[in-house]
Amino acid sequence: MTDARKLRLSLESTLDSVEAAELIVQRMAELNGFDPDQVHQIGMGVRETMANAVIHGNGLSPDKSVRFDASIDEQAFRVRVADEGSGFDPDSVADPLDKGGLLLPSGRGLLMMRAFFDEVEIGSSVDSGTRVRLVKYRTKGAGGTTQEEDQ
Amino acid sequence: MSLSTAIRDVADVKVVDLSGRITLGEASGQLRSTVKELLDSGATKMLLNLGDVSYIDSSGLGELVSAYTTARGRSCTVKLLNVQSKVQDLLQITKLYTVFEAHTDEATAVTSF
Repeated sequence: MTDARKLRLSLESTLDSVEAAELIVQRMAELNGFDPDQVHQIGMGVRETMANAVIHGNGLSPDKSVRFDASIDEQAFRVRVADEGSGFDPDSVADPLDKGGLLLPSGRGLLMMRAFFDEVEIGSSVDSGTRVRLVKYRTKGAGGTTQEEDQ
Repeated sequence: MSLSTAIRDVADVKVVDLSGRITLGEASGQLRSTVKELLDSGATKMLLNLGDVSYIDSSGLGELVSAYTTARGRSCTVKLLNVQSKVQDLLQITKLYTVFEAHTDEATAVTSF
């Protein structure tokens, strides 16, 4: 890695890619001064995002890839993940905190992404798959405006 | 690090010592098969020792929930032991602390069934 602050990858739709993305962002965060708790949270949030992309988005298809961008600046760690699936409606996912959802075996990934990142934006359509943008600020509460807009 | 499991009998409780990460893929499958094996052998009291589990993802949490619901359907009670801080945080975030009875002392846990 020549620049530990910026990375763009095209990843296969495999569980190994989930592991790889988690390890990469954790290393980037460590090298750029995020504290151990933040490193853990960034890794876990990315792990959940990538798992959704390769499993629910791309269906583990060898013909589909995940576009993965990570960048770090003085304010924040920013991640974008885009799959080639057929999209989904985030509002249709059962709330795992509801009494009826508490004992469901799945559906906690979005909750964990939102718990570990300060900003989570999800754009999804049948034609272009699902795009997720995550922002983790170095200092809690430093958000408000972001430098990037979803493509 | 993958997940390793070891089963001990303490009184009439099956104590499952788990070590490693409970994550998507093989590790979640391993927990599932261990729980199934114990249920098939007639276990009615199961204590999952998470003392050496420092990392669980949403898939692993789902597997714990499945263990709980599957066991309950077969008249078996599942409780947790020695939940580590990061895993405890996840149980708080997901409100699963309201589902699982968790203990920090094995003797107390065993007599609590």
